[in-house]
Amino acid sequence: MNFAQVFSEGTSLLLEGIKLTVGIALFSILIGFFIGLFACLMGISNVKILKFISGAYVWVIRGTPMIVQAFIVYFGVPQVVQVFISGFRFTPFVAGVITLSLNAGAYMSEIFRGGIQAVNKGQIEAARSLGMSQSKALIKVVLPQAFRIAIPSLVNQFIITIKDTSILSVIGLAEIVNKAKTYVGATYQFFATYIYVAAFYLVIISVLMIFSKMLEKRLNNNGRKSKSH
Amino acid sequence: MAEKVKVTNLHKSFSSNHVLKGIDFEVSEGEVVCLIGPSGSGKSTLLRCLNRLETPTSGSVEVDGVLITDKHTDLNKFRENVGMVFQQFNLFDHLTVKKNIMLAPVDRKKMSKDEAEKKALELLARVGLTDKADAYPRQLSGGQQQRVAIARALAMHPDIMLFDEPTSALDPEMVGEVLAVMKELAAEGMTMVVVTHEMGFARDVADRVIFMADGVIVEEGLPDEIFSNPQSARTKEFLSCVL
Repeated sequence: MNFAQVFSEGTSLLLEGIKLTVGIALFSILIGFFIGLFACLMGISNVKILKFISGAYVWVIRGTPMIVQAFIVYFGVPQVVQVFISGFRFTPFVAGVITLSLNAGAYMSEIFRGGIQAVNKGQIEAARSLGMSQSKALIKVVLPQAFRIAIPSLVNQFIITIKDTSILSVIGLAEIVNKAKTYVGATYQFFATYIYVAAFYLVIISVLMIFSKMLEKRLNNNGRKSKSH
Repeated sequence: MAEKVKVTNLHKSFSSNHVLKGIDFEVSEGEVVCLIGPSGSGKSTLLRCLNRLETPTSGSVEVDGVLITDKHTDLNKFRENVGMVFQQFNLFDHLTVKKNIMLAPVDRKKMSKDEAEKKALELLARVGLTDKADAYPRQLSGGQQQRVAIARALAMHPDIMLFDEPTSALDPEMVGEVLAVMKELAAEGMTMVVVTHEMGFARDVADRVIFMADGVIVEEGLPDEIFSNPQSARTKEFLSCVL
């Protein structure tokens, strides 16, 4: 157990990995957010086929392990596409973003749905009674409130997505766990290296949690204070 | 006087629950009609059929010359002319008082942002809440919230106002301030349909009182007639409980 050695030799290696971890997580959270929002709106629409697509998407993603999804995207899909475009391949980064954002999107879709359902039905009735259309009532009245309700769950999903990047080491993505594996392979410093890796994750996620606390506090100050007289 | 509301043989069922069983009634321009009756009698459902928040099972509803039971009617356009005030206020929690009032007029392109803001402040002055323009609903008392809700409905310049038990969710000491605003509105000649348990208000302000029970109109007439000399046994029984 040589922490000093791991610290001096491994830091630059792990920092390289963490860049990729954070980059891929940010991309996936952003894309997943919109996929989730879209899937959620499809799911609550009155159009049967849209409802079905949204339901099937969430069902498949939730019902299969992400490691299998990553294999399908990285190894499976290119094999099919190669029938039409020879030599087609995804880089691990692209395959990783696709897998992670589809995953995050499915869970966020459910989070949004929960948020929308938690908004009092009277809110939409009030908007409709004033002449606003269903979609305008949704956009201007329901969604802003649903987002606020969903923030803690969304932050939780962001954290899961950041940690899930580690699974992508299986498709050769040179993120932090993959870098650590390489380093451990050469030095056999299992304990020190993986403790160090864990610390990296802890720091990133702590930063995210501090941001989310600040955001929640800000939003809560908009009218969630107790009555002022 | 012109007819503002004309309801003909209105039925409404929620699955197997037959809530309205053939309602016929009319409201003239400038008239204040109070709907009273026991809980579950269908008063609120009837009121909600008047702006199609509930879709009637059968029968016809004509409001302001628009047949709203016709499925081709542009409900959004129609609803601009019919304000509604809810028991639970239903102010938009994420918006300030002023923005609550401005939202629909701007969205429906009735006013520019500046006009809507001016109108909002005017209406807030009218309901005595100028100093709350930038507060959020949660920072207000129930009575204040309900007065904002009335101002919000008035911002669309409605011809008719519907009130669904506007004071039932309020602490007793706040009922008066809301009723005062409603009285003022009635005095200005607004056509109003009010579902209420405030018998004093019905007696003082209504031009006509309609007593409903079990999904039908049991009795209707001038407030004095209904309160002092009810004809039906069902009305007598109800009034003896609430007066």
